[in-house]
Amino acid sequence: MRVLRFLVLLVALLAGATSALADPTFPKLTGRVVDDAHLLSPEQVAQLTQLSRDIQQASSRQFYIATIPDLQGYDIADYGYQLGRTWGLGQKGADNGIILIVAPSERRVTIQVGYGLEPIMTDALSSQIINGIIVPRFKAGDMAGGIVAGAQAIAEQMKQPLEAAEQKAKAAQDAATKSSARKRHGGGLPIGLLFWFIILVVVLVPMLARFGGRRRPGPWDGDAYRDRDSGVLPIVLWTIANEIGREASRRNDGWGGGGGWSGGDDGSWGDGGGGGDDFSGGGGSFGGGGASGSW
Amino acid sequence: MKFRTALVPIAALSLSACGLNSVPTAEENAKAKWADVQAQYQRRADLVPNLVATVKGSAASEGKILADVMNARAKATSVQVNANDLTDPAKVQQFQAAQQQLGGSLSRLLATTEAYPDLKSQANFTTLMSQLEGTENRITIAIRDYNQAVQDYNTRIRTFPDAVGAKIFYGAKPMTPFQAKAGADVAPTVNFGNGN
Repeated sequence: MRVLRFLVLLVALLAGATSALADPTFPKLTGRVVDDAHLLSPEQVAQLTQLSRDIQQASSRQFYIATIPDLQGYDIADYGYQLGRTWGLGQKGADNGIILIVAPSERRVTIQVGYGLEPIMTDALSSQIINGIIVPRFKAGDMAGGIVAGAQAIAEQMKQPLEAAEQKAKAAQDAATKSSARKRHGGGLPIGLLFWFIILVVVLVPMLARFGGRRRPGPWDGDAYRDRDSGVLPIVLWTIANEIGREASRRNDGWGGGGGWSGGDDGSWGDGGGGGDDFSGGGGSFGGGGASGSW
Repeated sequence: MKFRTALVPIAALSLSACGLNSVPTAEENAKAKWADVQAQYQRRADLVPNLVATVKGSAASEGKILADVMNARAKATSVQVNANDLTDPAKVQQFQAAQQQLGGSLSRLLATTEAYPDLKSQANFTTLMSQLEGTENRITIAIRDYNQAVQDYNTRIRTFPDAVGAKIFYGAKPMTPFQAKAGADVAPTVNFGNGN
């Protein structure tokens, strides 16, 4: 009897597993604009990609656009939040992703908003953008124009001040960008090195002077190291060398010195130091915020 | 002595394999997801007074339906399920029934508003509708996430090896998933009239 029940449970579990496989399949995240339904020209894709990149650089918010040829029978809101979760748009912890999805064959459009952006991109505002800006253009047959105008309206709202969790995500993003961009600000006083130089002068020189006074051979004579007093010398020397080495490598990562945190978004991040455009999702999540419409 | 020290990591390993950590983790996850479900229902309840006031302005003659909605709201907000009561199916069902009643009366109200074109043209009403639609979507997703978490938890406490620890240390009972009864809890369909 027990065994039988176990078998039934097993079968039920397996059935659950296969039904989970029947979830919608999503397009691959191939860029900030995934135009699988071919509604946009290459120039428009480039323009929207740049828009998305600018938003992320200024705020860490990830705003992506997808056109979907087939919703596989799902409601677009249902499909959309799962797409957002699959792609992991928005930064982890801040959940500040937002996605504009157009399904021309179902004549449905949606703005799906990550948890963290819900207070900024409210349902009401999403609905206004869809019904006031996007849908009228779609009705007139101007698909690309509707998408671009809608994206610009969303981008405008993305300039709103950051939430607390987003500020953290933004700081982390900035730090990562700084370290990969190396140091642009060559100047800045190397405070660390200066500190160790002073130590060298203040501690080491009197030490050497002391040895010089007490012993006839120079302080660099091998015997000096075995002297009871001078046992500290190699340790101090080693520490200083170590610190200088560490300081130097830290400066290479863009952390050392002053000025590392100054300078805002002054254009030089995108292409140069960033190592190309990283469009992968940050691990954010979605839960139904936003609005949908049809035409 | 040596034997005993060797035993410690083995014991720790076998204990962790028995779900000493994973069972409470799964339980807390399910409870958190339940909190989301309740929060989203609360969000819907918070929208109702505004909606009723707006509809009243244009459709005061629908007094009975409006009163129904307010009553259902009062009832739905009075029934809350503590996260520790999730193992009690009766309590979960009670909550579910109250929310379904509110959902049902809301859809009746929305159906009647079709007859008032001046209402549908009001910006305030449109805003409320978009908020209600978004809230219904959030409820659906929160329930789905909760059910997934409950399934994970229930599977965990009933399958080897976690079942051992679940039974011995926690006396874990399965939690109640949130079942959508066919037809009864259909979210009020919100239509802006764009499609037709």
